[in-house]
Amino acid sequence: METLTHPDQNGLKCKDIHICHNTTQIHVGGPGVTSGQHRQEDFEKAPMHVAVLTYLGFGIVTLFGYFRDFLRAVGLEKRNLAQEREEQKEFVPLYQDFENFYTRNLYMRVRDNWNRPLCSLPGPVIDLMERVSDDYNWTFRLTGRTIHNVINMGSYNYLGFAENTADYLETVADKARHYGVGVCSTRQETGTLDIHVELEYLVARFLGVESSMVFGMGFATNSMNIPALVGKGCLILSDELNHTSLILGARLSGATIKVFKHNDMAYLEKELRDSICSGQPRTHRPWRKILIMVEGIYSMEGSVVRLPELIALKKRYKACLYLDEAHSIGAVGPGGRGVTELFGVNPADVDVMMGTFTKSFGAAGGYIAGKKELVDYLRSRSHSAMYTSSMSPPIAEQIIRAIKCITGHDGSTEGIKRIRQLAENTRYFRAKVKKMGFIIYGNDDSPVVPILLYMPGKVVAFAREMLERKIAVVVVGFPATPITEARARFCMSAAHTKDMLDEVLHHLDEVGDTLGLKFSRRK
Amino acid sequence: MAFKNLMEYLAWLYYQYLLVTGIYVLEPWEKSIFNSLLFSAVAMVIYTSYVFVPIHVRLALEFFSAICGGQPESTMALMN
Repeated sequence: METLTHPDQNGLKCKDIHICHNTTQIHVGGPGVTSGQHRQEDFEKAPMHVAVLTYLGFGIVTLFGYFRDFLRAVGLEKRNLAQEREEQKEFVPLYQDFENFYTRNLYMRVRDNWNRPLCSLPGPVIDLMERVSDDYNWTFRLTGRTIHNVINMGSYNYLGFAENTADYLETVADKARHYGVGVCSTRQETGTLDIHVELEYLVARFLGVESSMVFGMGFATNSMNIPALVGKGCLILSDELNHTSLILGARLSGATIKVFKHNDMAYLEKELRDSICSGQPRTHRPWRKILIMVEGIYSMEGSVVRLPELIALKKRYKACLYLDEAHSIGAVGPGGRGVTELFGVNPADVDVMMGTFTKSFGAAGGYIAGKKELVDYLRSRSHSAMYTSSMSPPIAEQIIRAIKCITGHDGSTEGIKRIRQLAENTRYFRAKVKKMGFIIYGNDDSPVVPILLYMPGKVVAFAREMLERKIAVVVVGFPATPITEARARFCMSAAHTKDMLDEVLHHLDEVGDTLGLKFSRRK
Repeated sequence: MAFKNLMEYLAWLYYQYLLVTGIYVLEPWEKSIFNSLLFSAVAMVIYTSYVFVPIHVRLALEFFSAICGGQPESTMALMN
């Protein structure tokens, strides 16, 4: 058991934070949450034979990949993918690296499980366009038929705001009639409308901070604003499982980047101490700024950040905290206000709060919130504010109505009902799936449920079998996850009824038995 | 899982074999190539063991019995 020393400067008591070595337990204190509540996060390791068989599967398919490449090189087989022209044969080869090999020989064989076209609202049930391939997935054709009422377990529709009922969308339609759809300008020129000002005020009040700014695209919020906040001579400490937008923003900024093990506070503290002692790379001067970048919920693992310990660390070492709440805003916390509410932490302790409206709010775009000086600085210095076009008015109105619904300001209890429904769906689904014997990762409160499948053949078979039973799931494989840990990611939604979840669980049970996916040894 | 008959159970076992080795993602002619290679390798192993294992076992038993029980036998023979 380790305890943090010198905790009293930030007001958190020593006994509130302890890290146990076997399972990770976060003991939470604070006003909004009952103390004595333990949050279990476990990452069960698969049995050894599963890891061996995964490598075997990849090995065999790689061998066949080399064989097929040989046939293509010799000319016995038609080449379907890009290749160099005859005149370029003496130049440096373009298509020989592992990524292209993997794409040609593994991804192409099974790519009918991804990029499936939808033709309906991405709600709890969707319609898929039926798509067949005659030449083993090199080309597709649409048959013209639609697969109706497929239960959708892949959309980030946490609070069910992806809906098309006319009376909910009345204000959105009014704004579209009033403002049109395009803004035709950037924020700095003529693109700031009164609806943007209203939205920023509402977002700031929702999060409990002084001020906020909204942007048209969530990815661009991260990648374009981090370069405005840090530059050369600054240090970025980034969790190893951070999203690509955070990594891209960090690289674009030119700061020194150090990666720490996922949610490992002891490692982070050691990195902080070492970095502060040694200073900037060659000159050993003190760092201009130290920024710790974490996410609220990590979407591939379903794990939640250890916020109280991070805030204690950042105060002790005078670092700044950048919290990306893309998946956690609206989806966790008793009032839907994200991980700060979940842990009972003062939002003013987090220096930069960032989030997106794509997931829980059913819209598009992102925000950055914090102190007024920070947001005013970003208004004039961020690339996203200067060069990208501002958020479309109907989308802004959709976010406004979603925030009003969640906080209850539109006069109904719809918002709080949805938050409770999401929490209940999450708990129910996770408990049932664990009892069935699957290995799942992540915190018990997180609405993202990754079920580990490991072997490449089973990943593909799982997606196809579930589609045959009219359930749409997202399976994720190598580049996005480690090569031995392929998974299927289920996203809970407040719009899922208990019947839908029961049906999904029933089919999941059957498919798990048919394919042999129940690896857990903790029954 | 309930299997109605033996054929269904064998079909499920074949499916598991396809999934675990990763053959499931390959085209049918590639599956046939791999299956025939594996079958011939297994057949060769079985044939070799059928031909050679009894001989090796007998020789090993003789070797070990010569070490353990061999000494007293030869001195008795000399004395007689």
